[in-house]
Amino acid sequence: MPVIARIFLLFLALGLANGITEARAEKKVKVVASFSILGDMVKNVGGHRVEVITLVGPNGDAHVYEPTPADAKALSAADLVVINGLGFEGWMERLIRTSGYQGPVVVASQGSKPRGMTEEEEAAPGPGAKHEPKHEHKIDPHAWQDLGNGRVYAENIAKALISVDPQGAPTYQANADAYKAKLDELDRWVKTEFSSIPKEKRRMITSHDALGYLGAAYGITILSPMGVSTESEPSAGGIARLIKQIRKERITAVFIENVTDPRLMEQVAKESGIILRGELYSDALSKPEGPAATYLDMFKNNVTKIVAAMRQGL
Amino acid sequence: MNYLYAFFLAPFQDFIFMRHALVACLALALGCGPVGVLLVLRRMSLVGDALSHAVLPGAALGFLVSGLSLYAMTLGGMAAGLAVALLAGAVTRLTLLREDASFAALYLISLASGVLIVSLRGSNIDLIHVLFGTILAVDDAALILVAAITTVTFLSLAIIYRPLIVECFDPGFLRCVGGWGPAMHFIFLVLVVLNLVAGFRALGTLMAVGLMMVPAAAARFWARQVWSMALAAVVIALLSGYAGLLLSFHVNLPSGPAIILTAGVCYFFSVIFGTHASIYRRRRVALHLGG
Repeated sequence: MPVIARIFLLFLALGLANGITEARAEKKVKVVASFSILGDMVKNVGGHRVEVITLVGPNGDAHVYEPTPADAKALSAADLVVINGLGFEGWMERLIRTSGYQGPVVVASQGSKPRGMTEEEEAAPGPGAKHEPKHEHKIDPHAWQDLGNGRVYAENIAKALISVDPQGAPTYQANADAYKAKLDELDRWVKTEFSSIPKEKRRMITSHDALGYLGAAYGITILSPMGVSTESEPSAGGIARLIKQIRKERITAVFIENVTDPRLMEQVAKESGIILRGELYSDALSKPEGPAATYLDMFKNNVTKIVAAMRQGL
Repeated sequence: MNYLYAFFLAPFQDFIFMRHALVACLALALGCGPVGVLLVLRRMSLVGDALSHAVLPGAALGFLVSGLSLYAMTLGGMAAGLAVALLAGAVTRLTLLREDASFAALYLISLASGVLIVSLRGSNIDLIHVLFGTILAVDDAALILVAAITTVTFLSLAIIYRPLIVECFDPGFLRCVGGWGPAMHFIFLVLVVLNLVAGFRALGTLMAVGLMMVPAAAARFWARQVWSMALAAVVIALLSGYAGLLLSFHVNLPSGPAIILTAGVCYFFSVIFGTHASIYRRRRVALHLGG
């Protein structure tokens, strides 16, 4: 073979190889996450190797979401779908079926400790629990409100990413480990924060019963006027009981959550003579410029506000 | 005695939000009663329903522009409702299309644009929930708004009462003597929209029309004159509001449906036992004639 031909072939091979590696670097793993908190976790674990599409964006309520054709399109082009599970996003199953998506679906909450609703909570102020027996799943889906479960989520996501994109395994593993270390650090901080409040003073009220895991993890009693879902309408009797309880037990930690209508809680606060302590982020992150743009920030923001409010009652 | 007090009065004495809700019911009943009766008499009962849907895009736009502001949402809702009412009125007067048909077409257009606006926003807080709260969350500002709308309704009705009634029964005559017919009609539609917006603020989307139409339909069986029928509608609406709130308080029912269903019970009672042209009356008259 003439030298020139050899050199030509060499260049050709180099060019091809170059082109292939470029194509691989360009082609990111497309992940669809059902809501903003999961989306943030996937970004953290996947790093630059993944492209995340979040269906229910910041401040959106994933309980009552109506999927759009654009969502179905995003799903059909995805390599991996991440959902919370535990009955949180009931619309997702239908959407996956109609979009024709064939790939793997990761249930991020798999292996986390699911928390049922206790007897007391079912009977207590939430009027929703009473006249809504159709809630066949009695498991609280908001598992990410426990940092221990956050670890499980991160592991599940890493495992799923590795199975879809084996070449990225070291990256995903390293990212997941770093992320879990951050979660552990945050967990220690949260524990020291709450340890400054005596146990019987750790009581709070929110407008949507989504912080049950947080309460269980750090020993907080949580009362909520709406029951477990944002779907139920409040009754006068339920609101009255709540006001009585705030007055009697002198609860100072009263919050609104970012996905619910604040007006009812404003009325309750006014009537029972307390000041609302601001917004907690439970089911969705805030906009990027807000105080809770990531899962970690959300947790920090919530705990800071809760602890500050409880100190008022000491 | 003590028990009666605890049951009927104590909820309102102990809780400000119950008093607020009751006052809101009173204001709504006063405004919606006469308007509802006139709608029934003009055979426009379903127009209220149509208009209530027409309000949505305006309120949604108000929410997009300035968030949960009472005034932006109210103004937007009013603007959209009025636009549909006036357009429908104009189409009816200018073309051969009947009023019900033009209302149906326009409110569907309006509703569709409302849904479009809601979905374009991307965020998925159930907008209906956010836009229109429950009667348990009526604050001072909302209360003042509802009361103001009721006052405007009363004053306007007092001023245009006579020509409006004439317009209802004999538009030709009114045209002969003065020709204010279309104006009366438009003013009346404006009042309907205003009261619907007030109802939205207090009761939520679906229930707003309920307090306007159900008591008015029931009142038909208790009176013969327009003013007494309106009075009966106000009384029924007020009773339903009070009883519905008590029910919601003691039995833990959501307040909006409790109020409207109480009005519904009044309606069925009136259909059967009312003093005018009810089932019971008609039977008695028939028996009398037959015997």
